[in-house]
Amino acid sequence: MANTTPVEHWDTDFDIMNPAYVADPFSIWDELRKTCPVAHTDRRGSTWLPTRYQDVVDLAHDVEHFSSAEITVIPFEGEVPEDPVLPYGVPPISADPPLHTWTRRLLLPWFSHRRVASYEATTRELCIKLVDGFIYSGTADAAGDYAQQIPVRVIAGILGVPAELSDTFTGWVRDVLEFADDPELRLRGMEGLITFFIEEVGRRKTQPGEDLLSYLLHSEVDGLPVEESVVLGVAALVLIAGVDTTWSAIGSSLWHLATHPEDRDRLIAEPDAMPLAIEELLRAYSPVTMARLVTEDVVFEGCPMRAGDKVLMNFPGANRDPEAFEDADRVILDRALNRHVAFGSGIHRCAGSNLARMELKVALEEWLRRIPTFRLAEGDEVTWAGGQVRGPRHVPVVFP
Amino acid sequence: MRIRVDPDKCTGHARCYGLAPELFDVDDYGLSSVVGGGAVPVELEDKARLAIANCPEYAIEELPD
Repeated sequence: MANTTPVEHWDTDFDIMNPAYVADPFSIWDELRKTCPVAHTDRRGSTWLPTRYQDVVDLAHDVEHFSSAEITVIPFEGEVPEDPVLPYGVPPISADPPLHTWTRRLLLPWFSHRRVASYEATTRELCIKLVDGFIYSGTADAAGDYAQQIPVRVIAGILGVPAELSDTFTGWVRDVLEFADDPELRLRGMEGLITFFIEEVGRRKTQPGEDLLSYLLHSEVDGLPVEESVVLGVAALVLIAGVDTTWSAIGSSLWHLATHPEDRDRLIAEPDAMPLAIEELLRAYSPVTMARLVTEDVVFEGCPMRAGDKVLMNFPGANRDPEAFEDADRVILDRALNRHVAFGSGIHRCAGSNLARMELKVALEEWLRRIPTFRLAEGDEVTWAGGQVRGPRHVPVVFP
Repeated sequence: MRIRVDPDKCTGHARCYGLAPELFDVDDYGLSSVVGGGAVPVELEDKARLAIANCPEYAIEELPD
């Protein structure tokens, strides 16, 4: 559990690790939008929290004042080594142009529409197998037994690393993201991940495969090979960003369908409703809140932001702004006007958005096809993880 | 009806392609473009408007006649 002390004033002392925020950030954003649309805190360093759609979009587009050099809100507590393994961080997400531009260009074709379509059949097989594992028991943890198991295996396949290690990967990613409050766990996760990739990269130097890791290692940019530390950073990003985020989106969506039978029945009766429904579920339960680093003193919407401050890119809160979405707090499966920014806005638009959408769609289709009627189990508690990636970690359901 | 995608605004959300694959194509880097020079058949005009209304980057515009 995160270290947190009670919050009295959300406008001047917010805490995204606070259990009340993790459980229900929506009502906090709603209140802030009315009273103090860009909130501030000095917890974990001076940090700003915008809550309005237009503000979040404007901030995302101003990459000069708001850099991606630091995307996590919890400062790293520990000595920064003189010769870090990842001197360039985990690009492109943690980079500004020009490093951002060319690393992103390397990555994007692996997550293009066409490429993602070729991952769909194996994703479906995986979902079918997972449902096979619990369907006869009449009960399952929709988050732990299903949602959590899907993206990590798909990403392992793309990277070309053994899917059997999925639980280990998940552990590292949780250490890095979910338990980032604990410097020891965070370090453990990052070290595990990097040590693993150093070995995997080493093997591919002489024995390249058809996988993303081999491709990165043997790519040339402007006639020069890609530095190994960049390859490691990109690989770490793909694993970290590809696991927790989509798993959270699948889990939130199944939680929604378990608690809203009318929406569930509609998706079963009208399979054509799925594409718009996917976008609406992504809007309502956007998992990801990356941070930006303020590069020079700037006044934004009346707020005196200082160089070195952080700004939370509150895409989930933007997506609940009633100025941008009618009935913003209601899930309307066929919402026709939905410029949601679940995948961000501007040059850092999630590189894996096509993959995430496909996984979410296939996961819901296969669950609903086999388990059309389900509800939350009584007495067993749903738990949520928060911080910079929000989603349920435990969604016990029954389908007698 | 004629439409175009502003390549300077498009960042590859691919919402247009998802909503109206008959009207848009996306390249390997996610950049959208209109097919057929942007001419929208009458029966697809609603879809074109849906795509315009859902682009998070306001990158699609209807061209004057």
